[in-house]
Amino acid sequence: MVGGEARSDRIFNVINTTFLTAVLLAVIYPLIFIVSASFSSPEAVASGRVLLWPVELSLEGYRAVFAYEPVWTGYANTLFYTVTGTVVNVVLTLMAAYPLSRKEFFGRNLFTFYFSFTLFFSGGLIPLYLVIRSLGLLNTRAAMIIPAAIGVWNVIITRTFMQASIPDALIEAARIDGASNTYILVRVVIPLSVPIIAVISLFYAVGHWNAFFPALIYLRDPSKQPLQMVLRNVLVANEMAVDQTLIDLEEMQRRQFLQEVLRYSLIIVASVPVLMIYPLVQRHFVRGIMIGALKG
Amino acid sequence: MAVTHGERRLALSQTWRKQAKLRISQNWDLYLIILIPVIYFTIFHYAPMYGVQIAFRDFQVARTILESEWVGLAHFRRFFDSFLFWRILWNTVYLSLYGLVAGFPIPIILAISLHYAVSKRFKKVVQMITYAPHFISTVVLVGMILQVLHLRIGLLNGVRGLFGADPVNYLGRPELFGHVHVWSDVWRGMGWGSIVYLAALAGVDPQMHEAAIVDGATKVQRIWHIDIPSIMPTAVILLILNVGRILFLGFEKILLLQNPLNLTASEIIQTYVYKVGLQSAIPQYSYSSAIGLFASLVSFALLIAVNRIAKRVGETSLW
Repeated sequence: MVGGEARSDRIFNVINTTFLTAVLLAVIYPLIFIVSASFSSPEAVASGRVLLWPVELSLEGYRAVFAYEPVWTGYANTLFYTVTGTVVNVVLTLMAAYPLSRKEFFGRNLFTFYFSFTLFFSGGLIPLYLVIRSLGLLNTRAAMIIPAAIGVWNVIITRTFMQASIPDALIEAARIDGASNTYILVRVVIPLSVPIIAVISLFYAVGHWNAFFPALIYLRDPSKQPLQMVLRNVLVANEMAVDQTLIDLEEMQRRQFLQEVLRYSLIIVASVPVLMIYPLVQRHFVRGIMIGALKG
Repeated sequence: MAVTHGERRLALSQTWRKQAKLRISQNWDLYLIILIPVIYFTIFHYAPMYGVQIAFRDFQVARTILESEWVGLAHFRRFFDSFLFWRILWNTVYLSLYGLVAGFPIPIILAISLHYAVSKRFKKVVQMITYAPHFISTVVLVGMILQVLHLRIGLLNGVRGLFGADPVNYLGRPELFGHVHVWSDVWRGMGWGSIVYLAALAGVDPQMHEAAIVDGATKVQRIWHIDIPSIMPTAVILLILNVGRILFLGFEKILLLQNPLNLTASEIIQTYVYKVGLQSAIPQYSYSSAIGLFASLVSFALLIAVNRIAKRVGETSLW
């Protein structure tokens, strides 16, 4: 009897391992393919000969990416939006979360409702656009930062963290010593909230790095466009990043092939910063989800 | 001396008011701290809610909102009567429901599978890899889809070619659009989506499993009778939230995946709102807002309905 049950568990283990392996391969294969294609020769990519590993190893795609001016502007803009935006996000999120974490904050539920109702109902795209237009934010860099200054979800996990891990006694003691709430926030709460600040900074930073829609609707000026817009133009809207003006037929075909490799290289160049920090900070992200799951 | 009921209530409300005043005056600077966030939400979330009244007015660029004439439900009627209405609504609901049916159980299955992985290291590797696509931006994801599914040079058609099959124009055929959109979402989201369930599984009381093992339960029986019931509340909450967003799911990605060939299957409410309101040469702000408001209201109603059903059936709810 016992042996039979052990066998059923063994079968389960085999099926389970097979399933996980299949999932692993399904996720990793397209990623490997993109990397391999980006390092292959334009001819190999254009003829569809790249299937797993790079074919005719070449850096032409990368050379073409770096020769493409908008990539540099886009990179610089995205860096600016990500750094400035994240600082604004974190400061404002702390300012929203800290009062909500305090039991003696009269009207706490009212404020919580005021913030979280926006998760479930919104005025929609056009009314928001009109507000931003009437504030004169259209086609300004601020439009990439201010309209997305606070994420409700991050306020909630920050508040939950503060409630759970900062002892009330500590704050009470500081209050009795005559410290103001502002002083307590800066000198007591923030130093004790470093783990959650790390988590929300990462969430916000990745959000800024990947954002393209605000740029699409609020920005006109090419010099202000973030990297994701450059990517959209080349990858989706088929903008030519390699000069296609006619020289001779053979050269033109070569350039068309180059454009294809460039797409793969561009994907890698744009994703590398996020994917590089990812293994180092993965546990922080997971932790953020866990805190959020505690109290949804 | 008898204190009347009314007097007592008055006294109580007076002490309550006094206490409230005391609590406010002692912590007045907390209100100062939260002021900027409140202003932010007022301007960027509540002002648009106020502005949504243009859906009932004839708003023109040269006028202010209040100067524009009331037109009642004219914009809504125009949308409902439009020949596009049913197709757009169907596309939206179909893509969302398909996404939910495929995308909802897979993270649960993956989480359980990871929870029972034979080796810790293998588990770590699978987690590490499957979480990664979550961080790929929508634009890059769509770029990857376009390249991998490319008619001439795409990976999938290359593999088909090895078996002598004809290439397929995946993004040019409306009937394939749903599959492309949904399964690429699953690819990107399943690892990340499993984290919440892994947390729930880790929270299961180990004594239950020990008792079940003593009673001779197999792993499959333990999953069925212990693990799945334990993660149900989490699953229900996420389901409610997803249903509440059913008319809003995947908008940016769908917009990027659209092309003239697949538009009959890929035009959804949100992409249509964007096109009518912002992309067209003559933006129709009022009409577009009406369509957006229609979607918001339906979503809100769905959220409340599903929440109520969940409360009644499973005693789990958002509020």
